[in-house]
Amino acid sequence: MIHAENLTKQFKDILAVENLSLDVDEGEVFGFLGPNGAGKTTTVRMLTSLIGPTSGSATVAGFALGKQDTNIRRTVGVLTETPGMYDNLSAEYNLRIFAELCEVKDVTGQIEKYLKMLGLWDRRFDAAGTFSKGMKQKLAIARALLHEPRILFLDEPTAGLDPEGAHLVREFIAELKKEGRTIFLCTHNLEEADHLCDRVGVFKTHLLVVDTPSQLRASVFGRKVIFHLRSVDEGIAGNLRKLDFIREVKVVENKMVITLDDPEIRNPGIVRILVNAGADIQFVGELRHSLEDVYLQLVKNA
Amino acid sequence: MNKIKTIIRKEWAEVFKNRMVIFTVAFLPLLMTAIPLGIIFSTRGMSSATGGTVDNQLPSEMTQSMCPNGLSGSDCFQVFLVSEFMMLFMLVPVAIPVTIAAYSIVGEKTTRSLEPLLATPITTVELLVGKCLAAVIPAILATYAAFGIFALGIWLIVANKMLLSALLDARWLIAIFIVGPLLALLAVVFSLMISSRVNDPRVAEQISMVIILPVLAGFFGQVAGLFVLNKQLISIVAIVMVGLDAVMVYLATRVFQREQILTRWK
Repeated sequence: MIHAENLTKQFKDILAVENLSLDVDEGEVFGFLGPNGAGKTTTVRMLTSLIGPTSGSATVAGFALGKQDTNIRRTVGVLTETPGMYDNLSAEYNLRIFAELCEVKDVTGQIEKYLKMLGLWDRRFDAAGTFSKGMKQKLAIARALLHEPRILFLDEPTAGLDPEGAHLVREFIAELKKEGRTIFLCTHNLEEADHLCDRVGVFKTHLLVVDTPSQLRASVFGRKVIFHLRSVDEGIAGNLRKLDFIREVKVVENKMVITLDDPEIRNPGIVRILVNAGADIQFVGELRHSLEDVYLQLVKNA
Repeated sequence: MNKIKTIIRKEWAEVFKNRMVIFTVAFLPLLMTAIPLGIIFSTRGMSSATGGTVDNQLPSEMTQSMCPNGLSGSDCFQVFLVSEFMMLFMLVPVAIPVTIAAYSIVGEKTTRSLEPLLATPITTVELLVGKCLAAVIPAILATYAAFGIFALGIWLIVANKMLLSALLDARWLIAIFIVGPLLALLAVVFSLMISSRVNDPRVAEQISMVIILPVLAGFFGQVAGLFVLNKQLISIVAIVMVGLDAVMVYLATRVFQREQILTRWK
């Protein structure tokens, strides 16, 4: 659905995006993660044909960037970094303007659909300027969806929202995912990316890595299984370290943290070894690193 | 075409919620109408008192071009006075669109609505035409309305039909119906160019107001007797304006670069 090849953007002496190559499949939610100033918004602007690349090429929904820009803009929905509403105009009129510009056939019907879906129907005649930040953000999401775009670019959709507002927006994105839309999600919220995205890309001027959140954890930190024992015998830990499929064994108080590649296959054997060695196993679980840990590790090394 | 209409309606919905804009659109034409009407009203009785003497003091070019045979000296003087204000009347189609257009792009920048707007399938030409027309149409309508009031007022005040036709001669018609819209277009295109280059609405308005200076210079030049705005001169002005407008429209399309406007804005 989105295909970019060596996309580069240079602003005078600032290299904003360098050789970005990526593919986003139809129906996929792709998380685009990166620190402030990493070039995420520039990437979104390029892929939505708001600005042109310095070099490289891309197709969005099969339309070539730089050659079929109007078609790209017709196909995608964009939630920009800031809602950018006409504050003096009503919510309904704000949406009407964009529905007309996006060539929506049933303008009134679409406006009603999304205002009701996002809980803004009762406030439709109120000026957008009287809305809270969360309500404006929801209105901006409605605006991005009016023409039923196949691809959605969401730039920090929950930034600055209170937990309730952020939760509502996240749930809404999950609903859009169920509808099979392709979503390109720029976010700082790594929990959000973990929860919503099929794959994530960590980006800092150039793409550092792309994978599913769980694969990223595994590739950066390895998979870790934690064994809570009544007491840990260092001898048992030493024996485990000798096994070739175990990458690391750490003992912390009465816990053993074992790093290995295939816990689903290896765990029963480890449990047997521990029981045979006389250990009392109280609890076994996987130690999950947060995506934040992965992200920080990758960005630190970049 | 539909997108242009949408932009025009959006601009008007936004702009006319601003009382200052409504004041400018309404007040300026009324003032520019009231001044010449007031002069004609206050000098209407001079005809019998001073008949035949005033035209000796008027520039011969003026009496030849503006005062047909049979018009008394004082009537001719009235025509002269009103002619002086024709240039001032031309401020209407310049000042009104500047007020609207100067805010047009920079306003979208400050409210951050420009990016979502540019992300729609609207073309640059459609956006520019929409923004232009949204500022030009009120200016032209206000000018025509003011001229209508002016013509009606003269018809009510002036009994002498020859004076009436001299006051509403071809010069006025060319000025109002040809030069006025051309001036409005020039002012709008200039203001849009400024608006797309600056980051502060106040700066946009202040710089855009520069476009008024040539009109004021024309007014003072005429008052100082440097030239007489006769039919020939106003026709030449109209032709020059067509060329100027064409150049400015071309420049505006070159200056309005989506990418630059988006990325230079902080």
